[in-house]
Amino acid sequence: MSDLSNLLPILWGGFCTTLAIFVLTLLFSIPLGLLVAVLKMSRYRIVRYPVSFYISVMRGTPLLLQIVAIYFGSYYLSEYAGVDFSFERFPAVIVAFSINYAAYFAEIFRGGIQSIPKGQYEAAYMLGLTRGQTFYRIILPQVVKRVVPASANEVITLVKDTSLAQVIAVTELFALAKKQQAAYASIYPLFVAGVFYYVANLLLSMVFAYIERKLNYYK
Amino acid sequence: MDFATDQSVIAKDVSQDKASPILEVKHLKKSFGDLQVLKDISFNLNAGEVLSIIGPSGSGKSTLLRCLTQLETFEAGAVRVDGKDMVVSAPNEPVKYAPSKVLRDIRLSTGLVFQNFNLFPHLTVLQNLTLAPIRVLGENREAARELGLCLLKQMGLEGKEKSYPCELSGGQQQRVSIARALALKPKILFFDEPTSALDPELTGEVLKIIRQLAEDRMTMVIVTHEMAFARDVANQVIFMDQGVVVEQGTPDFVFKQSQNKRLSSFLKRFSET
Repeated sequence: MSDLSNLLPILWGGFCTTLAIFVLTLLFSIPLGLLVAVLKMSRYRIVRYPVSFYISVMRGTPLLLQIVAIYFGSYYLSEYAGVDFSFERFPAVIVAFSINYAAYFAEIFRGGIQSIPKGQYEAAYMLGLTRGQTFYRIILPQVVKRVVPASANEVITLVKDTSLAQVIAVTELFALAKKQQAAYASIYPLFVAGVFYYVANLLLSMVFAYIERKLNYYK
Repeated sequence: MDFATDQSVIAKDVSQDKASPILEVKHLKKSFGDLQVLKDISFNLNAGEVLSIIGPSGSGKSTLLRCLTQLETFEAGAVRVDGKDMVVSAPNEPVKYAPSKVLRDIRLSTGLVFQNFNLFPHLTVLQNLTLAPIRVLGENREAARELGLCLLKQMGLEGKEKSYPCELSGGQQQRVSIARALALKPKILFFDEPTSALDPELTGEVLKIIRQLAEDRMTMVIVTHEMAFARDVANQVIFMDQGVVVEQGTPDFVFKQSQNKRLSSFLKRFSET
């Protein structure tokens, strides 16, 4: 049991990094996803096509590769192309996660927006609401309710995906657990890390169940 | 206007010049691709009067209504609402619409009641009624609330202000949507088959409200399949078929005296069902 009392503080430190990746990614990817969703529905091809391409790349290649590309890509740019800018490890992870998750969120939001009946827009139009008022007061509140279940899926996946940050040596929960695995010569630390992920997701599931219940005041 | 003391909020001021109609439609034409759905529609409607539009499905009734309420555009013709021209082009040239400011003014003076209500499901009944007065007309909350409650009372929906649309029956929802349109105090109220989405036993309560509005001299254009209602409530009836006005006149003329073959076979089909 003394094993555990040594192990827990170490893993807790890693979990805080995991939590930071998680929170920052959501903070950036949800608004960005909404923007991308709106752009993907643009009437102009010149807007729509690049956005579609961006989404297809983000969803069609491994997040692992995207993290590497952002981090080393910026390094090579600064080294060889004379661009005086390169990412530190942690910001690179946040950028990669944010643009990756924004693509997934965008598709969820787009589905939600397009599922709102045309009659809602027509009623708002007849009442003289502007396009902005229609979107923020009529469409978006209804979209939120419709996208909660699918977004919950993404958010829970994100908790587990944070472990990919170790590919550029960001010491999050799983990276630290692996180090301890070597020290302990046992896979036991990995299982403890697993408990951290599981408990975090259990809490998140409860939060989402609560949100869904709260939004159930209308059909 | 003091709404608290005036029972009939929607009673219209019909003192305006009787000679000029509040709604004028001239030579209106509309196509979807190659299909011409409205072929040269013309009619006038005076303030305080009710026009019923009847005709078989696909005759263009709803499309006409959607053109007049700007939910669809038309290719030729002219529409004037309460002295404001919707188009600036001459009747025989392709339509050029008025500036958006004018179109918006016209839109705010025309209300539309949809077949399937289109209430905002995430807002309470009262919020449905006060949203546009507050956000569009800039009325203060208290005044908008007063008017909303007053309209609900008139619709026989007292005590329903905190309900959500999903908690109401279809007939109640349609009455809320009538109240929502009235909350902007429109000059003309359009109805697109207001009872077609309702169970038969619920149509009566909606028709009763519309009759009540007619008695209060609300100017209305009603597309409907309820023939007895169309006859009783209207000052003027239009029978449309295949995009043209086939017969037009007083209810008495259209339903009793007209010798038109298409009209009589249409009415015959209705009396059989």
